[in-house]
Amino acid sequence: MIEQYEFPNGLVLVAEPMPGVQSAAFTLLLPAGSAYETADGVKVESGAASMVAEWIGRGAGDRDSRELLNALDNLGVSHSESAQTLHTSLAAATLGRNLIPSLELIADMVRKPTFDDDEIEPIRALSLQNLRSLEDDPGTKVIYELRKRHFPEPWGRPSPGTVDGVTALTADDLRRFHSRTYRPNGAILGVAGAIEWPKLKEAVGRLFGDWPKVDDGRIHERPTGPRRDHIVRETQQIQIAMAYPTVTVDHPDYYRARAAAAILGGYSSARLFTEVREKRGLCYSVYASYESQKDRAAVLCYAGTSTDRAQETLDVMLAEIARLAKEGVSAEELRTMRAGLKSSLIMAQESSMSRTNALASDWYFLGRVRSLDEIAARLDALTPEDVSEFAAGQGQLDQMTILTLGPTPLKTPTTPG
Amino acid sequence: MKFHQTTLKNGLEVVAELNDTAHSVAAGFFVKAGSRDESHDVSGVSHFLEHMTFKGTPRRDALAVNRDFDRVGAKHNAQTSEEDTFYHVTCLPEYLRESFDVLSDILRPTLRVDDFETEKKVIIEEIRMYLDNPMSVAYEAAKAEHFAEHPLGQSILGSIDSITALTSEQMTNYFREKYSPANIVLAFAGKSDWAQLVELAERCCGGWEGKPSTRSTTTVQGSRSFKAILRSEDLQQTIVGVSDGPPLESEDRYAAYLLSTILGDHTGSRLYWALIDPGYADGADLSYQDYNQAGAFYSFLSCEPDSVQDNLERMAEVYRVMMAGGPTEEELAQAKNKVLARSVLRSERPMGRLGSLGFNWMYRRRYLSVDDELNAFSRVTLDDIRRILKDWPLWPMTTVSVGPTTDVHPPKD
Repeated sequence: MIEQYEFPNGLVLVAEPMPGVQSAAFTLLLPAGSAYETADGVKVESGAASMVAEWIGRGAGDRDSRELLNALDNLGVSHSESAQTLHTSLAAATLGRNLIPSLELIADMVRKPTFDDDEIEPIRALSLQNLRSLEDDPGTKVIYELRKRHFPEPWGRPSPGTVDGVTALTADDLRRFHSRTYRPNGAILGVAGAIEWPKLKEAVGRLFGDWPKVDDGRIHERPTGPRRDHIVRETQQIQIAMAYPTVTVDHPDYYRARAAAAILGGYSSARLFTEVREKRGLCYSVYASYESQKDRAAVLCYAGTSTDRAQETLDVMLAEIARLAKEGVSAEELRTMRAGLKSSLIMAQESSMSRTNALASDWYFLGRVRSLDEIAARLDALTPEDVSEFAAGQGQLDQMTILTLGPTPLKTPTTPG
Repeated sequence: MKFHQTTLKNGLEVVAELNDTAHSVAAGFFVKAGSRDESHDVSGVSHFLEHMTFKGTPRRDALAVNRDFDRVGAKHNAQTSEEDTFYHVTCLPEYLRESFDVLSDILRPTLRVDDFETEKKVIIEEIRMYLDNPMSVAYEAAKAEHFAEHPLGQSILGSIDSITALTSEQMTNYFREKYSPANIVLAFAGKSDWAQLVELAERCCGGWEGKPSTRSTTTVQGSRSFKAILRSEDLQQTIVGVSDGPPLESEDRYAAYLLSTILGDHTGSRLYWALIDPGYADGADLSYQDYNQAGAFYSFLSCEPDSVQDNLERMAEVYRVMMAGGPTEEELAQAKNKVLARSVLRSERPMGRLGSLGFNWMYRRRYLSVDDELNAFSRVTLDDIRRILKDWPLWPMTTVSVGPTTDVHPPKD
């Protein structure tokens, strides 16, 4: 049974009591991802969202940095505060009986951070080091760089920021970012596990009900690119990353799109794994995944392989994307895809943390939470013809971004025109 | 939760922790075969063999193995450590029969020569992938330094050379020795019926043959040596340290785990306050790993090359202060709270129970429920932790530094 309530200030609370679990978890999504660094009225350098997410944990309410972390630890809260491109997400899980005390601490962090100026230089040093470590992690780096080239700015903006941005940001910039983006309108709180709805709703009302609205600043999109690029790095492996457009979660073709992406590269008998790894032994890691924002979505494909085998790997991946468009999918592939998605959904019922993500994400995209039965019925209704028809328009080269990272560039098909 | 246990006629031990409120069921084979069981000429064979099991059986080729798991929506994987190869699958209860049919089938693989040659390339790609990761390079090198000639120092993946030289015949011999029923534990967790599980295990595994295998478990004292490896392509400097800890046979493992949480948890620990909070380093943790008749504390540090010496001194100081004074009551209580909540969260999924169920049976011949484990943690006292610090000093430790500078040396006492 899913409960939901929208407070007058716009904050949405969606919750699902789960029988048989002792834990409770919540995810608070705030419209404070790195994309909002560029919004009118905000306009701060790249990296602000991540630095603010770190700053709010360093003292809030009447607790200093140490007292705050100690309080969370005493409640046994596993927690993370992280900025992504769209949202800043505060996620926490603990025993059900500690849920409301944990929410009280998180509410302080969001609404009453101490924002001690002395914390700025340590946070800057930490953020710069995170950026350097990211350079040493080619597999993660290439995906950030792919999104940056594929999505229009600022929708592919990497949340760790840039060295120049992190170096230049001031305490006032960060305070401005916080005051404009940490707000109830556009915020979603998903809660799942051992919970009592009336008590939860009352507590959330007490903690967030008087949180004032803030007007959202307009975001101006700019085209990005290039569609073909190579980053030179002296690595053992070449990283291959590709993206092409698909439809968003609220689109009528959403289930067809998910099916097509999964059949391409979502599990171990999917086409990419079979053709690239099992048949040819070209790489260890290869996959395709579906990724959606509100107004755009993409299929991301990835592989990492040795220099002398990278060209063949890229060629096979492109051939598989083309074959999916040309030949469509079989009834057996569709059955396999359906079994995989359905069991993932049912198994997510065993984890309060996975459920909170699903609740908050559904609300963000659809303004409601889908039941398992609804999802299962939509998956059951798909036919191979449906999915094939959708796949026929997918993966066109002129809309595809191809990025490689490694010692030498590869030959990539040119974009028509 | 209800525990069950039986031994099949061929020596395969079967354990289960059943829970009617679960939505799924997990099954796992725990094979006592890891890198410590390898002679030098077959370095990496345990992990390579794990890959080869998925390449086909008399009843299925590689594509059929993947397809037969996927078509019932089963989530499957395998992992190889210093000590074990662990194969597992999680599925909806109504598909256990089909999923387990595949999982048990692959434990009797064909090991065909041409699959062996194709998969060799995949293993080499996996090795190269880890060579691009500074932390993995430092971790492998630190284990090799610390354990020196002891088999726990051997690489799990092997090297490009050892894998290239490995023959399919060597793998077949290793398989015959290690994959005998008496060297394997089968565990189930989640929603199922015990009588049905016993019938399933007998039908799928009752025909397995092989002689019991032995493992050399000589004890080891770590080297406490120091090594700096140049990787000029990296931006950050990485350090991995190792010191000896209590073995998995010891009840001291609970105190050792709590000590590592107090000192080196990723948040709120002494290393966090000394290194991460001030922005000196972007990574600083301590973890405890227990092995068969051995144990180790692993320290990890990631920071700018220019400040690596200062940070290593800070880490040493954190350890020395702890060794001199022990933790406070408040720190111990906090660590217990963290462990309690994390255990509860993990245990809510059958897959989260499967590992400890199987490993406890393999090495301790004991069933420990979540409550048994939590009680053992709650019994740990400050004196227990002080004793651990005395018996297993964290400092000096074996230290390996990897990155753009080699201008780093062991801190003076």
